[in-house]
Amino acid sequence: MNQTQSSGSGWVARVWPLVPIVAALLFTSALLLLFGASPAEAYRAMWDGSFGGSDKILGVIAFWVPLVLCSVGLLITFTAGLWNIGVEGQIVLGAIFASWVALRLSGPAWLLIPVEIGAAMLGGALWAALSAVLKTRGRVNEIFSGLALNGLAIILTNYLISGPWQPPEGGSFRGTAPFQDAALLPRLLESRFSPLSLVLAGLAFAAVFFILRGTTWGLKLKALGKNPASAYLLGVSSERETIMAMMFCGALAGLGGAVRVLSWFDSLRQSISGGIGFLALLIVMLAAYRILWVPFIAFFFSVVLNGSITLQLKTQLHSSLGGILTGVMVLFVLLFGSAKQLGIGGQASTGAGDAPEAIPPPPADTIAGDITPNVRGGD
Amino acid sequence: MNDSQLIAVLASIVLQASPLIIAVCGEIMTERSGVVNLSLDGTMLMSAMTGFVVGLRTDNYWLGFLAAAVVGMIFAGIVALGSIRLGQSQVAIGFVLALLGDDLSAFLGQNYTRMSGAVVPKAGIPLLKDLPVVGPLFFDQNIVVYFAIVLVFVTWWWLNRTQAGLQLRGAGERPTAAFARGVNVNRVRYLYTILGGALVGIAGAAYSLNVKIGWSDGHVRGFGWIALAIVIFGGWSPIRGAFGALLFGATKALATVLQRAFPEVSVVAFNALPWLLMILVLLAVGSDYTERFITAMPHSWQRPLRRVLRVSPPMALGTAFHEG
Repeated sequence: MNQTQSSGSGWVARVWPLVPIVAALLFTSALLLLFGASPAEAYRAMWDGSFGGSDKILGVIAFWVPLVLCSVGLLITFTAGLWNIGVEGQIVLGAIFASWVALRLSGPAWLLIPVEIGAAMLGGALWAALSAVLKTRGRVNEIFSGLALNGLAIILTNYLISGPWQPPEGGSFRGTAPFQDAALLPRLLESRFSPLSLVLAGLAFAAVFFILRGTTWGLKLKALGKNPASAYLLGVSSERETIMAMMFCGALAGLGGAVRVLSWFDSLRQSISGGIGFLALLIVMLAAYRILWVPFIAFFFSVVLNGSITLQLKTQLHSSLGGILTGVMVLFVLLFGSAKQLGIGGQASTGAGDAPEAIPPPPADTIAGDITPNVRGGD
Repeated sequence: MNDSQLIAVLASIVLQASPLIIAVCGEIMTERSGVVNLSLDGTMLMSAMTGFVVGLRTDNYWLGFLAAAVVGMIFAGIVALGSIRLGQSQVAIGFVLALLGDDLSAFLGQNYTRMSGAVVPKAGIPLLKDLPVVGPLFFDQNIVVYFAIVLVFVTWWWLNRTQAGLQLRGAGERPTAAFARGVNVNRVRYLYTILGGALVGIAGAAYSLNVKIGWSDGHVRGFGWIALAIVIFGGWSPIRGAFGALLFGATKALATVLQRAFPEVSVVAFNALPWLLMILVLLAVGSDYTERFITAMPHSWQRPLRRVLRVSPPMALGTAFHEG
């Protein structure tokens, strides 16, 4: 609906992808000036925080891996027309399941790590299945069930940390005791980055790429997302595909949670996800739901978010600046998706393929769509 | 628990519910006109922060509420602009604003955490507050609670008994028919989205200046989403929505009571109550099983039961309207 194909793109189209970045930088610069900080120094601190040394770069990559895992998972649910906001809770459940294995079982690393990863994927998938069944059977919109399950997942973590899983020296409310060495993913140098997690993210990326490009399941998901009523007539079971899509995304989010506890940290912590699920939702929106853009945008997000943590350490300014920068970018792209809508350049709309502004039609349901009595057949 | 303690608990439920009632009334107006403003959580965080900071700096809580309302109007204005003028997804814009408001409030409010500032003073209404039971519950509170109570009835009256309310509902139910009758559908939607946003903004400040006084990171996180769920549970009716808000207000009081009764259960477990309630109430009004339950009841019970247990959204909710 917004993908206006046009040959005469001109300078507006070529510059357009940079506009959201510039707009977001201007906005955050204004905020920094408001707090009496120099934007140039702040951005340098952020740059140093992400690229100032090999340990910093490895940190960026380590943060990037779960972002990619969750983002490609969300591509599956978005394709099926689902707003899987519960992805945040699915990460947490993956982390909890992996932690259970790490704390309660023992064995050699080659056995323990696959079991942890399997458990984490199961945990994420089950939490996602709850959301899916609440939608298909209970007509509860997945946005609300997802939010509630996010809240419950965090409460469950806090309960475990302060109760049954508290470290022997007493509950600190901060985390469990560090896991045994065999339970941790092997990490590169002294960093938080595990090469194995990168391999897993690569596999997940390839799997989603092929599911969406070349499988019947991918086609079914697209049919469901674009037009549930006609997909139903064509024999696509909306219940089955909804549950499968959610569980697939939940499994990848759970894997992301395992990466968080087994390589970023070495224990189950209070804020184990750190908002990765919400960031992944923004990444997919900014990528305009195109998989090839996801790794690059996720990397940019990782740079900004890691940098803003250094910013806080150096300047005492709140690290939410990174979230503001990325949020403003996404909002800008959502609002002014194509240059045409701004009225710039008249006919000179951008080509669909070369700029991150092609926003697909909104998902099939509105918030209320699920609770109308006869949504399945259409009226 | 004796009678006076019980009344104190009930009065605190009314107080806890008052910001939710205000936000729910605002969002009901918006949604009945056909627009979903999903940004409530971010809006309320921003307006709670703004209301508190302005109240602190000016030592005047009225100015705090005013600034909070303006913040709410700006957020709602962005949703309206994006969905009506620019034709983009309301859900996407609202969701991004919900996250952005969270981060923005944390950054802008970072120098004002854990401070004490202006608060709304208690102001019992003479004579009425001395009534048994209802006196302490509804008339020995303060201006924010009175505003919330009056707002419920004003919203109901506006929606159901005025010409403007008819146009509002027309825009949300059958925009083409309303347009044919001379209603400027998109102007109506702009108006009520922004008006609803102002109320949501006031609701945020009602937390930071009255119910959960002060500011800290993520001070009112979650309440915006709860308000959105109450709108659905309330079937887009302000009176039912107010009952929903009271139900959620009661979870906090209930947690305190339960904790006293079961001291061995971890404190964190009781925090789960609002989220469990959110799933349960949406399940109650949405599930197919509820419909089966109603059909299994005696025939004469079915109509009243359906009225209580089932809800239906405005027909054109979340859809764009193009003239001609």
